Amino acid sequence: MSDREAVAHLLRRATFGPTADEVDAAERAGPAAALDNLLTPVRPDRGAAATPPPALGTDPYARLTGESTREQRQQANAERREQLQRLTLWWLDRMVAAEDGLTEKLLFFWHGHWATSAQKVRSAHLMLGQLETLRRHGRGPLGPLIAAMVRDPALILWLDGQKNTRKAPNENLARELMELFTLGIGGYTEADVKAGARALTGWVVDRRSGVARFETRRHDPGEKTILGRSGRFDAEAYAGLLATQPAAVAFVARRLWFRYAGTDVPAPADLAGADTATTLRALFSSTAFVATRGTLVKQPVEWMVGALRQLGIRPSALNEQQRKQLLGGLNALDQVPLRPPSVGGWPAGAAWLTTSSLQARLRMAGMLAATTAPAVLARLTAAPTAGRPDALARLLVVDGWGARTRAALTPLAGEPRKLLAAGLVSPEYTVS
Amino acid sequence: MDTLTRRRFLLTSGVVGAGALAAGAGAYSLRDLLDTAGDRDPQSRTLVLVTLYGGNDGLNTVIPDGDPAYRAARPELAYPDGEVRRLDDDFGLNPALAGLHQRWSGGGLAIVRGVGYPKPDRSHFRSMDIWHTAQPDRPGNTGWLGRWLDLAGGDPRLAVSFEPALPPLLAGARSAGAAVPVTDRKAARGLPAETLAALAAAEAGESAARGRAAACFADLRSVDEMIRQVRDSADADAADPDGEQAPATATGGGRTPLDAQLDLVAQCVEAGVSTRVFSVSLGGFDTHADEKQLQAVLLGQLDRALTGFADRMSRTEAGRKVVVAVYSEFGRRVRANASDGTDHGTASDMLLLGAGVRGGWHGAAPSLTDLDDGDLKYTTDFRDVYATLLERVLDTDPGPVLADWRGRLAGLF
Repeated sequence: MSDREAVAHLLRRATFGPTADEVDAAERAGPAAALDNLLTPVRPDRGAAATPPPALGTDPYARLTGESTREQRQQANAERREQLQRLTLWWLDRMVAAEDGLTEKLLFFWHGHWATSAQKVRSAHLMLGQLETLRRHGRGPLGPLIAAMVRDPALILWLDGQKNTRKAPNENLARELMELFTLGIGGYTEADVKAGARALTGWVVDRRSGVARFETRRHDPGEKTILGRSGRFDAEAYAGLLATQPAAVAFVARRLWFRYAGTDVPAPADLAGADTATTLRALFSSTAFVATRGTLVKQPVEWMVGALRQLGIRPSALNEQQRKQLLGGLNALDQVPLRPPSVGGWPAGAAWLTTSSLQARLRMAGMLAATTAPAVLARLTAAPTAGRPDALARLLVVDGWGARTRAALTPLAGEPRKLLAAGLVSPEYTVS
Repeated sequence: MDTLTRRRFLLTSGVVGAGALAAGAGAYSLRDLLDTAGDRDPQSRTLVLVTLYGGNDGLNTVIPDGDPAYRAARPELAYPDGEVRRLDDDFGLNPALAGLHQRWSGGGLAIVRGVGYPKPDRSHFRSMDIWHTAQPDRPGNTGWLGRWLDLAGGDPRLAVSFEPALPPLLAGARSAGAAVPVTDRKAARGLPAETLAALAAAEAGESAARGRAAACFADLRSVDEMIRQVRDSADADAADPDGEQAPATATGGGRTPLDAQLDLVAQCVEAGVSTRVFSVSLGGFDTHADEKQLQAVLLGQLDRALTGFADRMSRTEAGRKVVVAVYSEFGRRVRANASDGTDHGTASDMLLLGAGVRGGWHGAAPSLTDLDDGDLKYTTDFRDVYATLLERVLDTDPGPVLADWRGRLAGLF
């Protein structure tokens, strides 16, 4: 594998679809420095600075009361839908604009890991708050992340934490916290779930202020035994206990491997580092990672954001109808940010390769090709007709076309937008 | 295989095993099914398996309101006297199950009580794996009906899912059932047919995933055809995703409305397709909080879909050979939590209706007071029911499918 192929592989996985220019720069730096630059960006992210989170206005739910009329509720619903759509589009735009691609992709990883859906949380403000928490702690050690998440208002609402009280513990959050977020199935017992639920009692969400607060009288202060340790655990102490379990860092490292490297090649045993950035360094440096080239099915968001970046399309610059198409496309592909299908997160691998997803990809590819920036299209058409499939490979950062795809692309060389669309749905592009 | 990668919600379709991938799960269209019309022995029966994802609360479905312990455990959540639809002196059905209640009165509904398995697992994902694989000790990579399909010759059209993704229960070791999508609206256009045909070619040395990506193009033509035949479900898709009719819980489940899935089953059965097993599902039963209203909405959907389907099936010869079985991965805790909901429990009821099913009670009702750590003790092993269905509906020796399981549910047929 050439240096260019090595850095292209790294950037395809670590970020949302690199541009050819980004691969050029990484190739000049060399693989080792390219990884350093990803993990420790040398300059502040101007793209992120230019795309601050949207001012959402007030949370419409905060002004609803028991006396609110049906009309007031409908009005609040409509406002919330509009705010969530704005937030989703902002996030997509940020994914495209950011220069620090590793951080943005990692945020999406954590979103799918602590999979929380606006469908039940019903608040753009709380979803944004959770993203900010995940961003703040995403690269660091697990302890602060878990401690912050057990007090995250969106997660508490999503898993019924606000209904978990001393009198009648609700186990939902405690169970998923161990099964899906930290230890994995088999790493705890039913008794641990019950005791963990008691430790988490007392946290409620004030829907007016959007803040989680602790209510002493709802908390069970008694002695609990969790994972073999006894004490008067509260949420913070329980989170701390989970974070110090060797099983937790190992579990999260396997989850990172699952998303960044896939399932074809087993995860190396010693990936887990003291913090997530260190784990990612070990992951991207491993020889096993190299062997995963060409095997990982892009999740729909990865596919679409990568294409937007490479084709020079900014979601914020699209008109109303095109923005609807963008969100409609993700909906048809079954992956809308802020709306994971369940607390288990999104599927992976061949689950994204069905006939119905291909149809949705074809529709989206047509839309993306139609909105491609003229300057990008010019780079494609600057190549002589016979060289356009190769120019397309460079544009889409595909290492090369197989005979099958080249045969499909060649007849389209004279129709650059169709050529683009075909490239976007090709097996080489869909599976990176 | 990594326990994580076996999970339904991370894997949904196709990834249930290399064999399933190679067999091209998801590659079949309704036309492929309808093309088999007339291929089957007219005497053979059909099994329709209805999975309720999320853990349906059995005690508020078939309600033991004759037992004072029921109200004592669930003061707010219990249905008051007079609201329950009476089955006998001690039990009643949830008020939302009007149609099923009518069938019960006519002897057309069987209720198997206290169905579960030893050492219950309260994780949705693990417990659903157990029900899918029928391997409580260590759920493997194959589903029980997938193993049946292996024995039956492996033609994917024998076992069909109208869910958005292939459920693990239809994945065998050497073959896999077909997942036929029903939510597509318009066929894709924009690229010439020749391009799509060219992209369908296999490429030597390519990864399995890229091979699968290419195979999707091969399937597209038949899907195009299917879309012209299948009732467009665009209206259902266009509904407000947060609307009151779409209860939100965190454990997933089929997005396609159950009645749309059952409509397709009905169409296939009436056409006499070769399919012997259909898998359909309804999700959203994870009612940790404010359960009553949410569950009633879902049970209402279930009731309308099931009774509409059963009525339609009763009108044709082929339809009268269909058996419907309804289950969920577990029931819920006997005692309500403080959120007017219930946490994950264990044993629950299965409902069966259709051809030759003997209506009424089967199995013993679990005690509400002699509990296993707050949960019902199961009285019927779910493999007894599976074995009976294999034997009596699919005419198959359950031994090779269910690891020589000996139990049967006597008197069900």
